[in-house]
This record gives sequence, structure tokens and C-alpha cells, in this order.
Amino acid sequence: MDLALLLEWAIKSIILIFIVIGGFAYVTLFERRALARIQVRIGPNRAGPWGILQPMADGIKLIFKEELIPDRADKIVFVLAPVLTVVPALILLAVIPFGTSISLFGRTISLSLAGDVNVGVLYIMAIASIAVYGIALAGWSSNNKYALMGGLRATAQMISYELVLALSFIGPILLANSMSLNKIVEAQNPIWYIIFQPIGFLLFFIAAIAEINRSPFDMPEAEQELTAGYHAEYSGMKFALFFMAEYGKMIVVSFIAATLFLGGYLGPFVDRFTWLGPIYLGIKVVVLIFLMVWIRATLPRIRYDRLMALGWKVLLPVALANVVITAMLIVLVGGF
Amino acid sequence: MTQELILFFILAAVAIVTAISMLVSKNSIYAVMFLVLNFVTVAVLYLLLNAAFIAMVQVTVYAGAIMVLFLFVIMLLGAEKAEKGKDLPWQGPLAILLGGALVLELGYIIFSQQRGLLPGIEAVSESFGSPASIGDVLFNRYLVPFEVTSILLLVAMVGAIILTRDEREEKS
Repeated sequence: MDLALLLEWAIKSIILIFIVIGGFAYVTLFERRALARIQVRIGPNRAGPWGILQPMADGIKLIFKEELIPDRADKIVFVLAPVLTVVPALILLAVIPFGTSISLFGRTISLSLAGDVNVGVLYIMAIASIAVYGIALAGWSSNNKYALMGGLRATAQMISYELVLALSFIGPILLANSMSLNKIVEAQNPIWYIIFQPIGFLLFFIAAIAEINRSPFDMPEAEQELTAGYHAEYSGMKFALFFMAEYGKMIVVSFIAATLFLGGYLGPFVDRFTWLGPIYLGIKVVVLIFLMVWIRATLPRIRYDRLMALGWKVLLPVALANVVITAMLIVLVGGF
Repeated sequence: MTQELILFFILAAVAIVTAISMLVSKNSIYAVMFLVLNFVTVAVLYLLLNAAFIAMVQVTVYAGAIMVLFLFVIMLLGAEKAEKGKDLPWQGPLAILLGGALVLELGYIIFSQQRGLLPGIEAVSESFGSPASIGDVLFNRYLVPFEVTSILLLVAMVGAIILTRDEREEKS
């Protein structure tokens, strides 16, 4: 294990974390501006041109807010929970390939941290299943019934939709014959998997929105019923961490969807100019994030029992049927 | 090799400490979290042994799904503070007795067979823990046990559904 390799990994990790953190700041602005446009408003436009400095202003404001810890709260868990919520969002990008490889300073550097790992898709599942703890513990440790209800709802919802999420991964895995995300992207070279797996993509998108607690599935933080759900008692930077986790997960989920179904870094001329890869991937991610904002602006929140019924009685059977049909077609037609 | 050895000892220490903390902690939420940490540490140990697939399954199934259900039930019942066990007074001494017997047996086996605990085992290939090779073994060599296990799990699932349904009908 040479030093240059360690340095390469460290630099890549830092870049990936910066993508999520920087992306988080600007996705909040993007969402507020886009939502405002949809609702025929203007949105934040005072801090800098087009409101570009708004995220900084928000950050500074949150840093100077008082940090409140409820008297009867479980202090250790209360402080730990926001951290546990952010970490999964930060480490998921490790298996996403941003391109093939470039040569820099006489070394060939592949544009991903661990895109070749043969359990890439399973890694995503493993981290997704860990991601519940932060929210559940935040709800429990606050010693507040609204927060506890939010935490319980989040837990139930995330375990239910995880099944659909995992089943929607199986389509691309079967088609590409591999669990490495690099191979899945390479296998999509002429035709993206959204063409072969339209239902799979739809299932993934719905389940992912539920998994990251975005509207219309944001039951854990439904204002009208639970004040603010699991983060009702959080303030200052701890609240900012929850905020960051939500938007970070939005970004990460868009990256995963783009990689599994929309051809990842593939695009015209990408085999000649490798640096186009990250740009294509970025464009696809922005389109998906806009789609999520659009959905939030359009659809009302659905009732909690309907949410569970949708997950277990509609999405899960469809996902199972999708897996069976995909597998049968691959055996009959002999793969694509 | 030394790197792996150092890593192993650190991980082993973490695993043992988290396991003991799980047993000792009075608050059951803390116990759950220590057990999650323990499972994740064991998953990293699997990674050290080149068994990436098992490691990921360990995190997904044990650290993720099962422990989340534990947490869910504890939070739902509000059973964080464990009560002192008054019933079953014979349980403590019996546990010590049986645990001691197990340690003695283990010690006997280790010291009586110093030449190698598992004779006839050779170094495994690098790819033995990959998803492809596990699937190959599972669906070719052990197909019947695999199918039997899946039927068993299906029966358990149906049983769980029937049990909850009966309860609901009694209430109404």
C-alpha cells in the first residue's frame, strides 16, 4: 500500500464529501427558487445576485442560534442522533462512478472511490438500512411525544419502503449481470436501463422519495399533525445537520437513480473526452432533483395509513412481479 | 500481515467491549445501539476475511432490519428502563454453570488439538466471498437446503400474518 494511493483515496473522499455539502447548500436555494416559481412567487433574491449567497446567510444565522437541549432529554443520544443521520448521506457516494479514468501527474486515476467493488449495490442497501437509526433515536431522545411519533413513523415507513427499494435494484443487476456500479453503467452503453426497466425506475423513484422522507411522503415531519416531527426539539446547528441530511440524501438518491437507470456518466463523446462524464452525471442529477422539487410543489401529503397501504399492497407486489418478469424475459430472450 | 493483525485486534477489542456494554447497560435503547455497533464491527471483520458479500448482508439484515425492529418495539412499548428480574431466581446460577461448561469444553478442544483446529482445510481463493461464487454454490450445490429454508421462512411469514389477524378479529 503506497502513500500516493492513500493520498488519492483521501483526496477523492474529501471531494465526495464536498459534493454533498456544497450540493446541500445550493439544492436548498434551488428548491426555494423553483418552488417560488411554481407558486408564482420570486423566492429569495436579496443575498447576492439571484440569491446566490442565501445559503451562506442561512448557515451564519443557524450557527448563531441558541442550541437548546431539553431538560429531560437523553443528552448523549440527543447530540449523537443528528450526526448519525448525516453520515449515511455523506458516505453513500463512494460507490458511484463519475467516469472511466483520467491520467493526472503520470497516474491513471479512476473517477470513483470504489465503483469497482463487486458488492456496490449491496453497499447502498446496507447504508440505507442503517440510515433509519439517526431519525428514530432523534425522536426517542427528545422526550417529546410529537418527536417520538415522528421517529416511529419514520422507522415504520423506512423499513417498509426499503423492501421496494431493494427489489427495484434487482432489475439493473440482472440486466448488467453484476452488482458493481461501474459494470452496471458500462452495460448501459447504447440503451439506458430506464427503457428496459420503466416500472423499475418508477418504483425506485417512489420508494426513494419515501425513504428520504420527502414530500408527499414526509409524514415523519408533518407540520399539521406533529409540529415538526422528529426534529421538533432541535435548534441551531443540530437542526442544520438534519436539514443537511435531508438534502444530502436527495442528492445521493439522484446520483444512484442516474447511475442505475439513466446511464450514469454516459453521454455523447464521453469515450473520447472523459471529463464530460462528471458533467453528464451532474446534469442528470440536477434534472432528477428538479423532478423531486416539482413533485413536492404539486402533490399533497398522503395520509399515513394510505402510505403504508401503498407500500405494502401496491408497490411491493408490483416490484415482485417486475423482478419475476425481468428474470423470465432475460432467460427467454437471452439477455440484452 | 501485520496491518491485518493490528486491525483485527482493534476490531476484536471493539467487538468485545460493545458486547459487554450491551449486556451491562441498564437502558435498553443503549443496549440496542451497542448491539448494532457490535454487528457492524463483526461485518468489518468479515470484510478483512475477503467476505464482502457476507459483510454487507450482516449490516443489512442484522444491523439494519432486525435491530431496527428491536428499537421500534422498545420505543413503542416505552420499555427503556429494564426492571430488576425477581422471578426466575435459578436463572443466574444456571447461566454461570452452563457458560462455565462451554468455556471448559472450548478450552479442552483448543488445547487438545493444537495441530490445527480444522484439519483438511486449505487456503481459500480470493474470490470465495464474492456474490457470484456464493450464488453459484447456493443455487447449484446446496439447492435443496436453500429451497427448504425458503419454504420454512415463507411458512413463518404466513404464520406471523395469521397471528396478527386473529388478534385484530378478537378486538372488533
